[in-house]
Amino acid sequence: MSITEQKAAAGMELQSQESTYLDAINQALREAMEEDSRVFIIGEDVGVYGGAFKVTKGLFDKFGAKRVIDSPLCESGFIGAAVGAALMGLRPVVEVQYADFISCGWDQIVNVAAKIHYRTGDPVPLVIRAPSGAGLRAGPFHSQSPEGWFAHTPGLKVVAPATPFDARGMLKSAILEENPVIFFEHKYLYRRLKERLPKEAYEVPLGKALVRREGNDVTVISYGAMLHKAIEAAEGLAEKSISVEVVDVRTLTPLDRETLVGSVKKTGKAVVVCEDNFSYGVAAELTATISEAAFEYLDGPIVRIAPPDTPIPFSPPLEDAYLPQVVDITAAIEKLARY
Amino acid sequence: MEPTKEQLMDMYYYMLLGRAFEERLEALYRQGRIPGAIYLGRGQEASYIGSAYALKTGDVIAPTHRDMMAMLPRGMDVKSIMAQHYGKVTGPTRGRGEADYLGDLSKGIFTTVSMLPDFYPVAAGAALAFKYRGEDRVALAYCGDGATSRGDWHEALNLAAVMNLPVVFFVINNKYAYSTPNENEMKIADIADRAAGYGIPGRTVDGNDVLAVHEATLAAVDNARTERGPSLIEAKTMRMRGHAGHDPYDYVPKASLEEWEKKDPIKRYEEYLTGLDWFNDDEREVLATRVGNEIKDAVDFAEASPLPDPSEVTTGVYH
Ligand SMILES: Cc1ncc(C[n+]2csc(CCOP(=O)(O)OP(=O)(O)O)c2C)c(N)n1
Repeated sequence: MSITEQKAAAGMELQSQESTYLDAINQALREAMEEDSRVFIIGEDVGVYGGAFKVTKGLFDKFGAKRVIDSPLCESGFIGAAVGAALMGLRPVVEVQYADFISCGWDQIVNVAAKIHYRTGDPVPLVIRAPSGAGLRAGPFHSQSPEGWFAHTPGLKVVAPATPFDARGMLKSAILEENPVIFFEHKYLYRRLKERLPKEAYEVPLGKALVRREGNDVTVISYGAMLHKAIEAAEGLAEKSISVEVVDVRTLTPLDRETLVGSVKKTGKAVVVCEDNFSYGVAAELTATISEAAFEYLDGPIVRIAPPDTPIPFSPPLEDAYLPQVVDITAAIEKLARY
Repeated sequence: MEPTKEQLMDMYYYMLLGRAFEERLEALYRQGRIPGAIYLGRGQEASYIGSAYALKTGDVIAPTHRDMMAMLPRGMDVKSIMAQHYGKVTGPTRGRGEADYLGDLSKGIFTTVSMLPDFYPVAAGAALAFKYRGEDRVALAYCGDGATSRGDWHEALNLAAVMNLPVVFFVINNKYAYSTPNENEMKIADIADRAAGYGIPGRTVDGNDVLAVHEATLAAVDNARTERGPSLIEAKTMRMRGHAGHDPYDYVPKASLEEWEKKDPIKRYEEYLTGLDWFNDDEREVLATRVGNEIKDAVDFAEASPLPDPSEVTTGVYH
């Protein structure tokens, strides 16, 4: 079922205007702040300026400096402060200017936020939004996809929506969560995707993968910007009579193993496509999951497509070679289909 | 020590070169001829040139995103800087790095990263190496006002102070960190005051006065060389362009920019030079022509250079 069909099924009335992925996030923030006075935003340049990418545009004017806080330049400081505010009953939404800078607040995330509940049972309702991803000629320090670091850290939930509908609905769920959520927004998608979103508020639950496209021969598992390349490859292969099922992981932690494995049991073949680099990352986890749970159903090796283990290069020919492309995905699916 | 005529003209040349390079870069960016982002330091020429020109061969600098001009007196070639912006193999990172995150260790310029100010501790470490080997060398780390809010900044100053390292911490206070004005960044009026917390000297200078910056840096460098340890300089100036090329820069009042335009460091230095008996328009013309040719050559060189071969994407991760 496509997302549009899903919405129709849910009987939701749609807005007249299309929303970009970026607008969708803005809408979720606005709604959450209207609904709950405990929700506030903190980050660099999120207030008057509306954020480096303009995701928080208009929120400062609507909610004021108390709820849309322009922080000094200090990731460790404002992430730590957000943890404290969350423990005291507020619901902070942190913006990290680029996901690349999230490592500057590393310890507050992986040692403070992630390791409280296990020891004390105290909830840490905290969302950290981080624009991630490559494809924009932004080089090694403005292109990273660090979701694997956090997906590997118990105590964090890690989310990576691929559509405006999911971005809005999953951010709403993340803000309602009692756990720290790292919300990776793929900045390549910000202004490239558009769809009509529901008028009324809605949530997309965390921890649920989605079959974006049904097929019988091969399952392709992906998320974020890569999902769209996977879908493009799948559509191209339909002309060659290869029927490809595409599964959108959507939430990396907790991982919806059931949906992934269910699809692979049906097709018997799996290709995993990630933007996180090849080794020790998300692709490895997805591959291992399938191999453990669906080994007897497999009719071929599980294929992993991910960027090489290098920093992300700036120059267009290098970046294009670095990122998995539709042709790479197409070739891999085709080869596996004929296996 | 008063700068010689040659030194005065050198500084003038580098300021003109920096300004001309950025003007061309901005045009190339607007024309869509370079693939990445640009961070211009227009208005900060005196801070860059006055400080970097106070260093000697063997010293090292750690510039940040906006500090390309500080590389010029260290001998960084505008051709290679331009090639970096084009993503060409002839740039110092061979098409791998973005924007002004470039350098050349052989010229004493660290190739820094975007995370601010991650090279503050690194510069302290360079100073540690100099002290360790008993060398007469100094490290100088640049950053902006915003970057002084991060822990790494404070860790670097404290560590260097405790170990008495030959390092100069040079903060260019251009009033804004992206859109964030000083008053949202800190409660103090002078960043130089932060030095007191680490027991080292701190000094504020007029960042639009190249000679004042030069003199202050010479003194700080001398302090470091004579084993009296690190110090902090704050150069007060104004960023005359948006944070990056895409930034409409609408958060700064026009009147404020107009005021600062009157304090333009190059015009101001020209006024000073004009008052000297040996300086005349011919000297200015000669330099302007030289700079114009260098910029033109840099663009020609970058455009004629090859892009990297995609097959090289995985090489060079390890030594
Ligand atoms: C740790 C970190 N967080 C966020 C950023 C994104 N960023 C790039 S420049 C900048 C503002 C820096 O201001 P300042 O230090 O005053 O230097 P200026 O840009 O004014 O030269 C920000 C927030 C960054 N580079 N590093």
